[in-house]
Amino acid sequence: MPKQITIPFGPQHPVLPEPIHLDLVLEDETVVEAIPSIGYIHRGLEKLVEKREFPEYVHIAERICGICSFIHGSTYVQAVETVMGIEVPERALYLRTIWSEYSRMHSHLLWLGLFADSLGFENLFMQSWRLREHILDDLEATTGGRVIQGACKIGGVRRDIDSKKLDEMVDGLEGLETEIRELNKVFFHDSSILHRTKGLGIIPEKDAYDLGAVGPTGRGSGIAQDARMLGYAAYDRIHFTPVVETGGDCYARCVVRAKELHTSIDIIKQAVDKIPDGPIEVKVTGTPNGECWARAEQPRGEVIHYIKGNGTRHLLRHRVRTPTFANLPFLVKALKGCELADVPVIVLSIDPCIGCAER
Amino acid sequence: MKTEEQLIIPTEIPGLILAVSTLSNDGYRLVAISTTKLGELFQVDYSFDRNFSFRTLRLLIPLGTALPSITGIFWAAFPYENEMHDLFGITVTGIAIDFNGTFIKTAIQFPFSVNTDKPEDDACQNK
Repeated sequence: MPKQITIPFGPQHPVLPEPIHLDLVLEDETVVEAIPSIGYIHRGLEKLVEKREFPEYVHIAERICGICSFIHGSTYVQAVETVMGIEVPERALYLRTIWSEYSRMHSHLLWLGLFADSLGFENLFMQSWRLREHILDDLEATTGGRVIQGACKIGGVRRDIDSKKLDEMVDGLEGLETEIRELNKVFFHDSSILHRTKGLGIIPEKDAYDLGAVGPTGRGSGIAQDARMLGYAAYDRIHFTPVVETGGDCYARCVVRAKELHTSIDIIKQAVDKIPDGPIEVKVTGTPNGECWARAEQPRGEVIHYIKGNGTRHLLRHRVRTPTFANLPFLVKALKGCELADVPVIVLSIDPCIGCAER
Repeated sequence: MKTEEQLIIPTEIPGLILAVSTLSNDGYRLVAISTTKLGELFQVDYSFDRNFSFRTLRLLIPLGTALPSITGIFWAAFPYENEMHDLFGITVTGIAIDFNGTFIKTAIQFPFSVNTDKPEDDACQNK
């Protein structure tokens, strides 16, 4: 039996933008076990709900993550609105949908760049992030924030987008789509990408489902599960089909994210086409008394915001189950049997967001 | 905007494993395990989903109660059960990967079990 050695991977590693630690048990160069360890950036944000009144806590929820900030905010307000029975104006629901898809594109382009970087493909990294700037510019122009948008509030949204700007956004996305198509050709067909990702970190559909995998991680293994199909915000009036790949490897997870860029553009175009005129918020009175699990599809997968209120202005509990947290068991299984040199690629393939996972 | 039905099923500790096994056999996936401190009790919610049918098994347990791990049925429950221990101080026996209190490192032990009704017990900087 080969001698086993344990190599610590992280919490500081060139491929990790955030700290996570893995104890990799190796036999020669093969990983036989990977034990994750988090807790380096636990901020106790859920605990803070006891100190902030429920309307102002939106700002805390948005700060759980710097990438899917908007969707954390919108899912939290969705939970509160459900408990309080608030009817959000249609226009606000469409605006939330548009900004959610912009957030998804921003996150996917960021990830595609980081993934290319983990493969040593620096030019592809730069091209991905160049395209991401377009998305960030539109987010900034319409919400005022590139990273933290601050656009959601209980009962609606804080800002409107006029029809001229909406048309400009669609025009811009049409140009961007052409560039994304060119970018995706490289991700789909380049020999060095295929060599480093095909057949790597394979998890079949049944195993991925049993492991509770969500988002592109699960869809890359063939699970046709996308929380947008629940029909929250304006998704019940938008037609789309989840992108599903069946390879179950790093390549499949990459292809899902790359293709989802086109889905997002299509959803935004539909939303701009259908968005009604009208108010963007309603006046909110009362306090939440009850509980709800609000679910939404973040770029990394299904996120859940659970709230429990007792009729006061302070919630009893706000609990967030982020997609990265749900995908940790998937990662542990995917690493088993891989070569040490492939660990960074497999870790990145689940698009880990540790800030989200630890809250 | 559509809202989904969410079923909450009150459960007792002796029936937990059987209830979880039944859901697993019916094709449900584990979505989350969430804990809420309610005075001197803990509310522990095991949430599952199948084709957007969301249901939750709910336990109400006093402090000091040990829970059996469900990792024998849903191996992927190990992060949630370790989190439950590290943040709330709830003992879970038989976890597939047990970090023994080192999964989430916090300055205050079991911070979510602190009773914030007493300001002197509150480590939060935003008093």
